[in-house]
Amino acid sequence: MNLIELKDITKVYSEGKIPTPALKGISLKIEKGEFLAIMGPSGSGKSTLLHILGMLDTPSSGSYFYKGKEVSRLNPNELAKIRNQEIGFVFQAFYLLPRLTVLENVKLPLLYSKVPYHKWDGLAQNAISKVGLAHRKNYLAVHLSGGEKQRTAIARALVQDPDLILADEPTGNLDSISGKKIMEIFQRLNQEGKTIVLVTHEREIAKLAHRVIFIKDGKLKE
Amino acid sequence: MKVYYLLKTSLLSLAAHKFRSFLTILGILIGISSIVLISALGKGAQELIVQELSGLGAETLIVRPGKEPKGPSDFAQVLFSNSLKERELKAIRREGAVTGLVLAEPEVIVTGSVAYKGETFRPLIVGFSAEAMIDILKMKLSEGKPFGEKEAKERKRVAVIGWRVKKELFGNLSAVGKVIKINGKNFKVVGVLEPRGRVIFFDVDDLVLVPYTSAQAYLGATKHFQSIIVKVSSPNLVNEAKEDIEKILRNLHNIKDPEEDDFHVRTQKGLVQQVENIISYFTVFLVLVVAISLVVGGIGVMNIMLVSVTERTKEIGLRKALGAKQSDILKQFLLEAVILTTLGGILGIITGLVLALLGSWLLSKVLGIVWTFVFPLKAMLLSVIISSLVGIVFGIYPAIQASQKDPIEALRHE
Repeated sequence: MNLIELKDITKVYSEGKIPTPALKGISLKIEKGEFLAIMGPSGSGKSTLLHILGMLDTPSSGSYFYKGKEVSRLNPNELAKIRNQEIGFVFQAFYLLPRLTVLENVKLPLLYSKVPYHKWDGLAQNAISKVGLAHRKNYLAVHLSGGEKQRTAIARALVQDPDLILADEPTGNLDSISGKKIMEIFQRLNQEGKTIVLVTHEREIAKLAHRVIFIKDGKLKE
Repeated sequence: MKVYYLLKTSLLSLAAHKFRSFLTILGILIGISSIVLISALGKGAQELIVQELSGLGAETLIVRPGKEPKGPSDFAQVLFSNSLKERELKAIRREGAVTGLVLAEPEVIVTGSVAYKGETFRPLIVGFSAEAMIDILKMKLSEGKPFGEKEAKERKRVAVIGWRVKKELFGNLSAVGKVIKINGKNFKVVGVLEPRGRVIFFDVDDLVLVPYTSAQAYLGATKHFQSIIVKVSSPNLVNEAKEDIEKILRNLHNIKDPEEDDFHVRTQKGLVQQVENIISYFTVFLVLVVAISLVVGGIGVMNIMLVSVTERTKEIGLRKALGAKQSDILKQFLLEAVILTTLGGILGIITGLVLALLGSWLLSKVLGIVWTFVFPLKAMLLSVIISSLVGIVFGIYPAIQASQKDPIEALRHE
């Protein structure tokens, strides 16, 4: 069964005087357990596509089915709940709260969940050990290396055991050794059954995925 | 606790900018501390005046000429009205006329000075029964004996003098039996009052008492009285006595409508109430003025919260990506504003209390006023509530701004 199905998705930004199309009719199916890389030059619309997949942004037209449900029919609170429980985000710039420890950062999604507080610690510890950061769990985020920051961000994405992980240039701010480690983690998570969609412009990174799609000027090229 | 976690993650930016946060709440701090200070001092002043008035005794009534003054313009007629004379005094004194009557004594005031062998002093010269005075104020004489109705009937040139007057004129020598000059007229000192200090707005120690008839005959006092002091046998009879006196005087003056009264009767209870009212109105007025400063403080908080929202746009985007609803973000920023202002309120209460204690100390130790520090509990509770409300009122707009940030724009924000 398809986890995700996009039908003729377009996105037009109309902030300026001239509307600028970012996506021009994207149709895409992503199966459960897939490891998909989206490649394209900057400005191609790949980040916009990822944001729409992550329900952070809404398409201008077309339909998006997530687990068979049409996303445009969901209200903002239902979307927030899916983002919280079923999707894990990993960003290029990590977006950790610098004055919190690794453990506290990883707990942040739980604040918006219904998970009872006494379970938070166990869930966060578990996610941290999956990315091999148990020895750093009480470090402040600001004191971590780039690779450790990104591993913390992945642990945060994993804390509620989501089905889907969306990563936007996760190795973009890292040196090649740290980047390799991060990709190893993604591969392992995929083997454990997680669906992973990764945006990158690096061919080396994309090669590690099962399937690579190219996007240019808002259109897909397989 | 979940709340603890929420506070920890959300108050980081306030904690990171400690000095800025402090400046932000300074306005609230100053406003609240002023409210606490004013309330404490107002309560203290009230206490002080009530204590003074209590010296009068609960069974005493004062009949004064003129309608009860309702405003400053009414005071003139109290000073110049001549509605209380010998005839009114007789009517009040008539047996059975006033319930529980113990005594009714008129008072006339004389301006001038007293002299003894080259020493002069400007005391408070009053034509009033010395017996009634020591009875009403529950005083004793330190030497000699008082004078009363008999001396008044005979227009005796006798005087009872206050303790300071005696000191000024006679030093450590005995005063009883000596002849002093009051406005150039000879009067014999028959008694000296024990030291007492201030009672009901005048200083007993500065007093020179002579029979009221003698004051009228020799010292140029007016034929009408400045007041008639009435004492009844029990505080419970005061209200009845008041009604009796009003009835007697209205009959005597042919007054049908109480609005037309040319006299008024005061009781200690009434006076205390009036003073309490005046002071509490005044306090409320001052507090309202100070409340304006809280609006200014609130605007400061709003300003900084708006800055904080802009600075933390990325954080807001992240939280939304991780599943925060609009209402979660709204609550978080509102909570931060409320914590900020409530903290300002609590610091303000502490500051206000310290200032009030300092003020009480200055008033009592340096100025020698018998001042009691009153803990303004009501004002303190109110301050906590007000400061939280300021947080809600001035935090809601920035919080709405924060909650409506588009997560995409927020995450892209550089």
